[in-house]
Order: sequence, then structure tokens, then C-alpha cells
Amino acid sequence: MTGIEHYLSIFTKAVFIENIVLAYFLGLCSFLAISKKIDASVGIGLAVIVVLTITAPINWFLWEYLLDKGALVWISQDFQDTDLGFLKLIVFISVIAAMVQLVEMFMERFSQSLYNSLGIFLPLIAVNCSILGGSLFMVEREYTISETVVYGFGSGVGFFLAIVALASIRYRIRYSNIPPRLRGVGMAMLLTGLLSMAFMAFSGIDL
Amino acid sequence: MELFNSESKKIVSDPINVNNPISLQVLGICSALAVTIRLDQAIIMTLAVVFVLCSSNVILSLIRNYIPTRVRIVIMLSVIASLVSVVDELLKAYLYDMSKQLSVFVGLIITNCIIMGRAEAFALKHGPSKAFLDGLGNSMGYGLIIIIVSFFRELFGAGTITLPDGGAGYVLWSIPDSWYAAGYENIGLLVLSPGAFIILGLVIWVQREFAGVEEDA
Repeated sequence: MTGIEHYLSIFTKAVFIENIVLAYFLGLCSFLAISKKIDASVGIGLAVIVVLTITAPINWFLWEYLLDKGALVWISQDFQDTDLGFLKLIVFISVIAAMVQLVEMFMERFSQSLYNSLGIFLPLIAVNCSILGGSLFMVEREYTISETVVYGFGSGVGFFLAIVALASIRYRIRYSNIPPRLRGVGMAMLLTGLLSMAFMAFSGIDL
Repeated sequence: MELFNSESKKIVSDPINVNNPISLQVLGICSALAVTIRLDQAIIMTLAVVFVLCSSNVILSLIRNYIPTRVRIVIMLSVIASLVSVVDELLKAYLYDMSKQLSVFVGLIITNCIIMGRAEAFALKHGPSKAFLDGLGNSMGYGLIIIIVSFFRELFGAGTITLPDGGAGYVLWSIPDSWYAAGYENIGLLVLSPGAFIILGLVIWVQREFAGVEEDA
């Protein structure tokens, strides 16, 4: 497979077949907490798309030219055997945290209403597993830089799709007669289970 | 003993029951689902989280007066990430099979919202000994839920109960062949992702019945 088709297949895979929330359980904390309101879900969905699309390629460069085994040969051949892979977690998470803080400042400055509605959950995007997970999977699957961009963006879109879908379903069942102790998170988990089952139908698609 | 007065007891026991991090604070669900396919994975994960959460709470509470608010996220994350790297390397050294099975999810303890959430909500406002107790209580509350979930997922999904040992896990009990011969079948769905969501949803429901907490909407 070559050219655009290849990228299209990575994108489709990231959005539907290997949806980062519904198949890999990543980013669930903010997924459940924010999906009470549709507009806040759209906000955090967009924030995740932006942060993932930016951090995955940055982390790719760091991995390729700094951390991987033999990545430092561009400085000198002496570093042929240097393996800084164990620093992966710390480096990735610092990049992510810095990016999130930037997005937070940006939002505070330009969209006060969004900033207020996301509240405490904005710092928690930094610990949104989907962001770090995106970078870790990018390393594990040995994507190239352009594949990484497509994958990061695709995962973000997958998160966006899943959270908006769940928020809309929760909105529809607001007045349903659910057992009181099941209301809220319990019901949201059951709904997510059904959503995830629906998304499993895509796994038959061969790309 | 100042450590064991009623307030300290409350700090430890609240998160296990009425303020459980998973079912009531809704934190740390990400990893809770991924590692619950087998009981032994859940147990090892619990131990890892107990270690990371207690130490990160204590460390952050010790340095809380020196952290500028603006960059607190980066500082918290680097403390947590170092601790998780330690756990990751330890697992690789002593429990290699287990570390293979848990794969990226040990790394993802960093982004386990319980740890960040407790640091932000508790450790940065209280002294080290209270922060330690809070860490202990919350990680045990987390462990309780994932151990229950993994118990049911493994028993009904794969038909075994596995305890951790040095290698690939020790099978404590598995459903006898005669049951299968009599027509018993495992529920394959429970091993897949939808099963995890549904079981956790039901466990949250039951736990809230016990804790007597409701939520509107």
C-alpha cells in the first residue's frame, strides 16, 4: 500500500477500529467526568485533538534523535551504543505537561467561557492517558514522522467522536428512570460498554 | 500515638468505602480496565500503585511550599514519572513476565489520574504523614475495585483464578473439564473491552449501594 491510501488506513484504524478510548481504555477519567455536558465534551475533544497532534510528532523527534538506541549518532559515532530509552517516560510526560500548560494559558486568554467550563479538568488533560498512550504506541509501532502525525490526529478524532457520542447519549437519557445508585458514572460505564461493543463491529474491516 | 487517632483512620478508610477513588471520585479508571483481564495482573498493579501513590504524596507534600503554582503540573509529573520509572525497572528486573504482560500500562501509572488528583487535592495542602495515609487509603480503594473486577472477568471470561508468582502466574483454581463437558461455556465477551466496561459499571453500582451515595444526572 502506498501514498495516501496508507495514511487513510492509519487514520481510519485510529478513529474506529482501534479507538483509543473504546478499545484501549485510554483517557477514560476525563472521558467520564466531562461527558455530562455536550459543549464541554466538544471543548475537551478539540483540546485533546490539538494536544495529541502536537505532542506525538515532538515526542517522535525526541525519540528518534535523542532517546532511542543509537539515536545520538548524529552527534558522533561514539554514541552508537548509547540507549537512553529508560528516560522515555519522563521526557514524554514533560513535553506533554508543558504543552498542556501552554494550551491552558492560551485558552484562559482567548476563551474565558471554555476555560471556566473545563475548570479542574484542563490540568488533568496532562494526565489524560490517551496523550501519553499515543506517544508510547507511536514508539511501540515504529511509525515514521508522517505516520505519527496522522496517527496522533486520528486518535484525537477518535477520542472526540467517542466523548461527543457518550455525552449525547447521556443527554438523551437524562429523564429516564435509572436506579438511583446507578445514575451518573455507573450508567456511563454501561453505556460505554455498549458503545465499545458497537465499535467492535468495525474490527472486521480489513485495511 | 498521633498517627492512629480517629481523623487519621478516617483519612485511610474513607477512600476505601464512601469516597472510593474509582467508583465515587471517578479517577484512575483508565488503567483499572486494561489490567483487569487477570487477577495476578491486578494484584501486581495494585502494589505498584500503592508504592507510587504513597511515595509521590509524601514527596510532594514535603516540597509543597517551594512549588510555584504556575509550573506545579510539570513538577508533580516529573516526581511521579521518576517513581514510575523506578517501578518499571524493578518489574523488568524481578518480574519480567509480568512486566511484559502489563506492557505500556505500567508507564501509564504516570497518567493515572488518582495520583495526580490526590497530589493536587490533598498532598499539596497537608503534611507528609497525612499525605501518606491519604495515599495508602486511596491506593487500597483503587486496588479493592480492580481486584474485584479482575476476579469476575477472569473467572467468568477465562475460567481460571491466577495468583502472582515469580513467573507467568500460579493458577489457583480453574473450572474443571467436567463442567465444560456438561455444557458450561466461558463468556468470551468479558475478556474483550466491552466486558470490562460493563463489569466495572455493575461494580460501581453495587459499591454505591454499600456507600449509600447517589449522583444526579
